[in-house]
Amino acid sequence: MMASSYNAKDEDAVGSGGPGAVKSKKPDNTAFKQQRLPAWQPILTAGTVLPAFFMIGLIFIPIGIGLLVTSNNIKEFEIDYTGVDMFSPCFNCSQNYSWNSTSACTCSVPFTLDQPFESNVFMYYGLSNFYQNHRRYVKSRDDSQLNGDKSSLLNPSKECEPYRTSDKKSIAPCGAIANSLFNDTLELFYIHPNGSRITIHLVKTGIAWWTDKHVKFRNPGGNNNLSIVFQETSKPVNWHKAVYELDPSDPENNGFINEDFIVWMRTAALPTFRKLYRIIQKKKDNMTPTLPPGNYSLEVTYNYPVRSFDGRKRMILSTISWMGGKNPFLGIAYITVGSVCFFLGVVLLIIHHKYGNRNNNADIPN
Amino acid sequence: MDLSSIRKLITRYCTGEESWVDSRTVYIGHKEPPPGTEAYIPQRFPDNRIVSSKYTFWNFIPKNLFEQFRRIANFYFLIIFLVQLIIDTPTSPTTSGLPLFFVITVTAIKQGYEDWIRHKADNAINQCPVHVIQHGKVVRKQSQKLRVGDIVQVKENETFPCDLILLSTSREDGTCFVTTASLDGESSHKTYYAVQDTKAFNTAEEVDTLHATIECEQPQPDLYKFVGRINIYLDRDEPIARPLGSENLLLRGATLKNTEYIHAVAIYTGMETKMALNYQSKSQKRSAVEKSMNAYLIVYLCILISKALINTVLKYAWQANPNRDEPWYNQKTETERQRHVLIRAFTDFLAFMVLFNYIIPVSMYVTVEMQKFLGSYFILWDDDMFDEELGEGPLVNTSDLNEELGQVEYVFTDKTGTLTENNMELRECCVDGHVYVPHAVCNGQILPGAAGMDMIDSSPGVDGKEREELFFRALCLCHTVQVKEEETVDGIKRGIHQGKSTSFYISSSPDEVALVEGMNRLGFTYLRLKDSHMEILNREDEMERFELLEVLNFDSVRRRMSVIVRSSSGEYYLFCKGADSSIFPRVVSGKVEQVRARVEHNAVEGLRTLCVAYKKLTHEEYEETCRLLNSAKLALHERDKKLAEAYDVIEKDFILLGATAVEDRLQDKAADTIESLHKAGMKVWVLTGDKMETAAATCYASRLFHRNTQILELTTKRTEEQSLHDVLFDLSRTVLRQHGSMTRDTFSGLSGDCQDYGLIIDGATLSAVLKPTQEGTSNGGNYKEIFLEICRNCSAVLCCRMAPLQKAQIVKLIKASKEHPITLAIGDGANDVSMILEAHVGIGIMGKEGRQAARNSDYAITKFKHLKKMLLVHGHYYYIRIAELVQYFFYKNVCFIFPQFLYQFFCGFSQQPLYDTAYLTLYNISFTSLPILLYSLMEQHINIDILKRDPTLYRDIAKNSLLRWPTFIYWTFLGIFDAVVFFFGAFFLFDNTTFTSNGQLMATNTQMMFGNWTFGTLVFTILVFTVTLKLALDTHYWTWINHFVIWGSLLFYVIFSLLWGGIIWPFLNYQRMYYVFMQMLSSGPAWLSIILLIIVSLLPDVVKKVLCRALWPTTTERIQRMRADRIFERVETNIHDSLLDGVQNTTEA
Repeated sequence: MMASSYNAKDEDAVGSGGPGAVKSKKPDNTAFKQQRLPAWQPILTAGTVLPAFFMIGLIFIPIGIGLLVTSNNIKEFEIDYTGVDMFSPCFNCSQNYSWNSTSACTCSVPFTLDQPFESNVFMYYGLSNFYQNHRRYVKSRDDSQLNGDKSSLLNPSKECEPYRTSDKKSIAPCGAIANSLFNDTLELFYIHPNGSRITIHLVKTGIAWWTDKHVKFRNPGGNNNLSIVFQETSKPVNWHKAVYELDPSDPENNGFINEDFIVWMRTAALPTFRKLYRIIQKKKDNMTPTLPPGNYSLEVTYNYPVRSFDGRKRMILSTISWMGGKNPFLGIAYITVGSVCFFLGVVLLIIHHKYGNRNNNADIPN
Repeated sequence: MDLSSIRKLITRYCTGEESWVDSRTVYIGHKEPPPGTEAYIPQRFPDNRIVSSKYTFWNFIPKNLFEQFRRIANFYFLIIFLVQLIIDTPTSPTTSGLPLFFVITVTAIKQGYEDWIRHKADNAINQCPVHVIQHGKVVRKQSQKLRVGDIVQVKENETFPCDLILLSTSREDGTCFVTTASLDGESSHKTYYAVQDTKAFNTAEEVDTLHATIECEQPQPDLYKFVGRINIYLDRDEPIARPLGSENLLLRGATLKNTEYIHAVAIYTGMETKMALNYQSKSQKRSAVEKSMNAYLIVYLCILISKALINTVLKYAWQANPNRDEPWYNQKTETERQRHVLIRAFTDFLAFMVLFNYIIPVSMYVTVEMQKFLGSYFILWDDDMFDEELGEGPLVNTSDLNEELGQVEYVFTDKTGTLTENNMELRECCVDGHVYVPHAVCNGQILPGAAGMDMIDSSPGVDGKEREELFFRALCLCHTVQVKEEETVDGIKRGIHQGKSTSFYISSSPDEVALVEGMNRLGFTYLRLKDSHMEILNREDEMERFELLEVLNFDSVRRRMSVIVRSSSGEYYLFCKGADSSIFPRVVSGKVEQVRARVEHNAVEGLRTLCVAYKKLTHEEYEETCRLLNSAKLALHERDKKLAEAYDVIEKDFILLGATAVEDRLQDKAADTIESLHKAGMKVWVLTGDKMETAAATCYASRLFHRNTQILELTTKRTEEQSLHDVLFDLSRTVLRQHGSMTRDTFSGLSGDCQDYGLIIDGATLSAVLKPTQEGTSNGGNYKEIFLEICRNCSAVLCCRMAPLQKAQIVKLIKASKEHPITLAIGDGANDVSMILEAHVGIGIMGKEGRQAARNSDYAITKFKHLKKMLLVHGHYYYIRIAELVQYFFYKNVCFIFPQFLYQFFCGFSQQPLYDTAYLTLYNISFTSLPILLYSLMEQHINIDILKRDPTLYRDIAKNSLLRWPTFIYWTFLGIFDAVVFFFGAFFLFDNTTFTSNGQLMATNTQMMFGNWTFGTLVFTILVFTVTLKLALDTHYWTWINHFVIWGSLLFYVIFSLLWGGIIWPFLNYQRMYYVFMQMLSSGPAWLSIILLIIVSLLPDVVKKVLCRALWPTTTERIQRMRADRIFERVETNIHDSLLDGVQNTTEA
């Protein structure tokens, strides 16, 4: 679009120059050629900028306050279950960890919510010091394999090295990202004051981008039975189960289109990140909060080692608002910028009155 | 041609000193001379092929690529590209390869096309038919097959195919007329002479029997110098030797006129002709802006290298922990592991270089070139600079120096033809103190006799009358004017009789034409030169014939010319005319005092004066003179020197006849222009060959000197009284005292008004000043420094009596002085070429003295007054435009790359790029390129009219003020600040909280996570908007084009991003951008943070601008403000009705 606009201008210039040049060498007297195109000529002076500054101040401060209030209304709970501490429930699991162990190590982390969580509650897992944005890691995937391409399935991209083949079979899904899929299982129980443990229903679909799930990620076609489709391939070395066993209960959430997998495949921007794990949907009756205050227990199937690189694992519960998750930064930033603008406006006003007039007076005799 | 010349060189050096020949021997018609005269040394000469093209079909690609990659920038990009190809780098090679490929291809196509045109032109020239005489017959040959020694026949209106020695012509007197318009632009006909002893051989058969050899110097580029000798073997054994000079040499490129045919022998062919030797390209001039740009580039290169180094070092420090280097989830491949650590470190360093290399973008060079090229059209298109009379506008020979026009500090101008019209008219002549004014005489008709003459003194007696007529005859005879024969001879006669002679006299010197025309009005008409006889029509309409014996041509050293004629009564006369300083010392009698007084009076009036003298020669004296001249002319070596000596002997013991005064009017608005240049802070120097009084008068008239200017003289007259040393010290003391008081005065705001100094220096004193002092012990040591010190404090300097080379010397001197000021030289004649080539900016005036100056200049204009608009408006605009362009380019790339640098700290120094490949590639090519290009073409911070009206605005940009280091550092820090804002703004949104979209727009109502590509896209979006809006803030002149391009670019970015993320692109092996942009836009906080961060980034710059404007406004800003206020006021007053107020306002303005 830009290019065409530019050409159009050029042609125009040439076109108008052509006939003129034939008649005489005298240039045409067009406004463009004589640099006299009509133009708006604004200048930035204290006078013109002042209203803008006050406007920004007046608009930003309320927005900031609104954002801050909304953000503060969002309930967020975070618990670290890595098990670094001797007394933490998962200490044993984190110590005894090895990839080869077949028996799962489980631990349960008790916690208390002081306030009720209303509406939909989102459950995240968070990792720290995990460089999902390392270059070698980011590129270690094969998007066409993940899109269901048959040839890539059997012959994945070179970028997947050294997670490309195992036992002379190609790995599906290949690459470092897929290989290091987060495989802790988190379950949530509400400890009723009467002592009974009530399982909280966690919804595991609807956590990935719709387009990712339906367009970008696709199982290789040809057969509804995924185990046959993935016959010729090998599972990633660190996985306990094959890709077609990720969620055998739901064919729409199995294989490459498993949402946990899709979420993991979207590499995080920073070494400390959180990823959506489950959604706790609000109760039908709307009367009781989704998560009433009280004691809870987080049951962890501890599979994912992070101690080796000083990592941390967290579980986060959060509600959301129109502006997303808890986000005090944006509100504070808006309030700060708004105030700064307002303050600058005042300063400029003073300067404008003091110096603006003086300059004008000095100019007039000139 | 190359090969043969190399071979020649080799043979020359290998065979030793004795066979080194600095002259060549040409055998006419390839006939060997009679045996015994000299050993026949066959010399090899190149054929007559002209090669102006650079490439052939086969070597185009390698040679052109080689040429292009010799440019340091291109080479740098090539290296980056190769590194990307070889090692595993973060960005794909296309990101740098594509732009580079584009640039290289476009340049190659352009150069290839130009070369193709040159090839066509070469072929046309090389294959055009030439008539060669072989065995007595005329044979047609292709021009390129012509050989040295061939006898060529050239017909009227044909161009000479190579450099030829004229043997014979169709005219009996052995002359021919030639125009050298295509060589040096002089359209006048010049006369060339055949060798006297061969002029009889004027048919093909006869010429073929000629037996002669020519010895001449090896080819050299000076068009007007040639020394040679012809040996003619007639029947006798002893050859006749005749001298050959430039009057016998017909140059390739010149055209034969008014002569039916000529026979001539080829002596220099092909690339050895003087025309080809003059082809040599001018040395490349580089502008001050380009120099600052290169300095900035080096700074950025250092930044780039240090960034890469820092990151490499940090990477290895960070990776010392093996769990960081290779955590379980991110293993290296086996080959990577086995690589040596040093190799890995080096590869990492290169990878970082590649990642950050966008900080020095290819596109900057392209944009700058395009800006210069397209921008130069505004000069060509300028209506104000178009000259109706000539039907021509300005010429731009190079667009590299556009912005230098806004930086000029010293203007060196020629006087004649530049400040003045070079439209000469004889104002008066003075014979023995009696003054004749032809104007009073001639108003259309010639009045017979002396009655109409306005005589100031009492009428002369009989003796006086005789002297007077002699004076007029002298002026009619002593010149090199030609009469152009346009119609039949009768027609011309009639033309002259009717007084319409103006169009018929042609000469290379306009003074001579003016004199001869003036004589015509005074009753003596020069008719023509026929058979070496000059014919004059005297007052009684009688034909007088004088035989022209010798012409002692004018040269700028002697500053006079003479002719020796024999009257019909057999008396020998030597008439001489020249500058007073060169005539008076040679005069023995005559009314010297009266004439001198009159000459001085006229000189003060600004008239060009010439003195006329004569002497009678006896026959013996004449013979002696002839002998002297001939021996000098025959000399092969140092002929010029010998000739000068001979002239010196001959031209003496004159009897003074009188003097003439020719007026050269000032050009239109010359004074106004000079005054504007002064106000703009430029120092104007006038360099002229004229005499001091005349030049000073012109300077007063053109307001270079004012009435209150104190004139300091540094002339021969003064240095005769005092030693140069004392004079210099005196002057410097005067000037410095003044300077001291001035600095005190500046506080009271009276600067500049107190005292102006003007310096007058003449050529002789100047060479004394510039001469390196022999004894280094003398305390004054370097006169140069003192001289420069004086000049610095003078607002105007006049250098008179300058030789052409001295003009260039002066320019060089000022250029090399310690402030390194930017110089501009303007002139119209061939004598200004050296100075035009020497100065930073050379401007030629398409005047009467040919086009040589215009062809060698960087810009050519038609009138001196156009200089004002050229500098004050165009130069000013180009400078501010390119200054912003350069600064902005660096700024936007700091903004672009610095976040990537910061990101390395958060991705384990793994060279992970922040932005997607498409964004990396297109950022400089399409998202941000057009707004700045159009800005740099359209921007006008102040209106044209105000710039013209107020030259002081030029001082605001003097000394490269917009590209000084503080400004550069400000822009760089602004860029870094913005980059930090983009990065950490996005960082806190991602890090501190869940930066999520609530997915309202999506079908599922969920909350989703953003990855690293969204992070990069967010930063990039803020970046593109900020950078474009920053330019919008800087734009003062919003035409629809600016609006279109700025908003269009932003729109294009959005549309492109939607498209880029909207489809699974089948040809890509990654789909990382899929829906990233849309998802980002569907998130409320993303919008909020984009707006916030853009405002935060722009805020400091706005505040800085407003504060600077309010507290320390520059003149430019004040004027902008005043203008804005005035518009505001005008609107107000219009509302309030009063028309009177409006009128008052405008008159105030």
